[in-house]
Amino acid sequence: MATDSHSHSPEHGHPQPMEYIKVAVVLSLITAVEVALFYVGSSGGGDGFSLPTAAILVLSTLKFVVVVGWYMHLKFDSKLFTYFFAGGLALAGLVLFSLLFLLPRIARLVAGE
Amino acid sequence: MSVASHPAEHPTATGLDSRKLLMWAFLGSDCLFFGSLIATYMIYRGRSLECPLPGNIYDIPYTSVSAFVLLMSSLTMVLALAAIQRGDHKGLRIWLVATGLLGTVFLGGQFYEFTSFVHEGLTLDKNLFGSTFFVLTGFHGAHVTVGVLILLSLFLVSLRGGLPQADSLTVELAGLYWHFVDIVWIVIFALVYLVPAPIPVDPTTNQLLVCVGEAAAAVAH
Repeated sequence: MATDSHSHSPEHGHPQPMEYIKVAVVLSLITAVEVALFYVGSSGGGDGFSLPTAAILVLSTLKFVVVVGWYMHLKFDSKLFTYFFAGGLALAGLVLFSLLFLLPRIARLVAGE
Repeated sequence: MSVASHPAEHPTATGLDSRKLLMWAFLGSDCLFFGSLIATYMIYRGRSLECPLPGNIYDIPYTSVSAFVLLMSSLTMVLALAAIQRGDHKGLRIWLVATGLLGTVFLGGQFYEFTSFVHEGLTLDKNLFGSTFFVLTGFHGAHVTVGVLILLSLFLVSLRGGLPQADSLTVELAGLYWHFVDIVWIVIFALVYLVPAPIPVDPTTNQLLVCVGEAAAAVAH
């Protein structure tokens, strides 16, 4: 089995345990804010796209980036890993948005509207 | 700051360990898998023709705790990696067990949530919401289960002395998979639970679909 003898000292760019704990605290706080925003949004009534909903999406994206960047070390590793992951992510996003925006239009076309 | 990478033991075209590249390629492909499941859920949101609906059934405080548990498991996983990288085998085992336990707690929470939803009438074939919800979260749960089994295997291998400091990449690869499972839940928690779903229109009455519990509560008030 291939082994990795690379040293993971601070000068090689990897965070130290205390930094991981600080990241965890930040992620927890963001999660708490997201939940608070959910209640703010639901108390305002309506079920459409609103400012609290937009804020929830932004905060979730931030959490996503932080976990990928720090916990998965993508920020400190070779860019090739980023391209591999981002490629799949971009395709997934394309699928999501294409289906969300195209399917209703296709359905209306089929229905003859 | 120098770019931290893992030079391969055998020469490769990229200078990187092929196993790590393969793991990132796999995670990229798994993004597509979950992307399609999430897309299906999002498309069918608000299109169920019968109850129960998301607004009637979700327990946000409960799911928030679940999300927090999985988030903390990412911390313990990365602490396990940090431990093996500095040659702390006892620390590795402690944090691996912690991660596995938190993952198991999450799975237990999911199991309880699924059974309570079934008890309230939401099943895989009840309506579009049930189908898309259970398929999406079910597959995520399956990924978490595989992750817990991987962690258990690493723990047992470490107990037998089969995980030296020089082999920290093995733990890192397991960590990448575990963190991926966490980031998928970050997306699911936001899009499925926190973003309110539109209320569908009852085709028989042309009014917003009101579920039994809500109607009774409205009459009582």
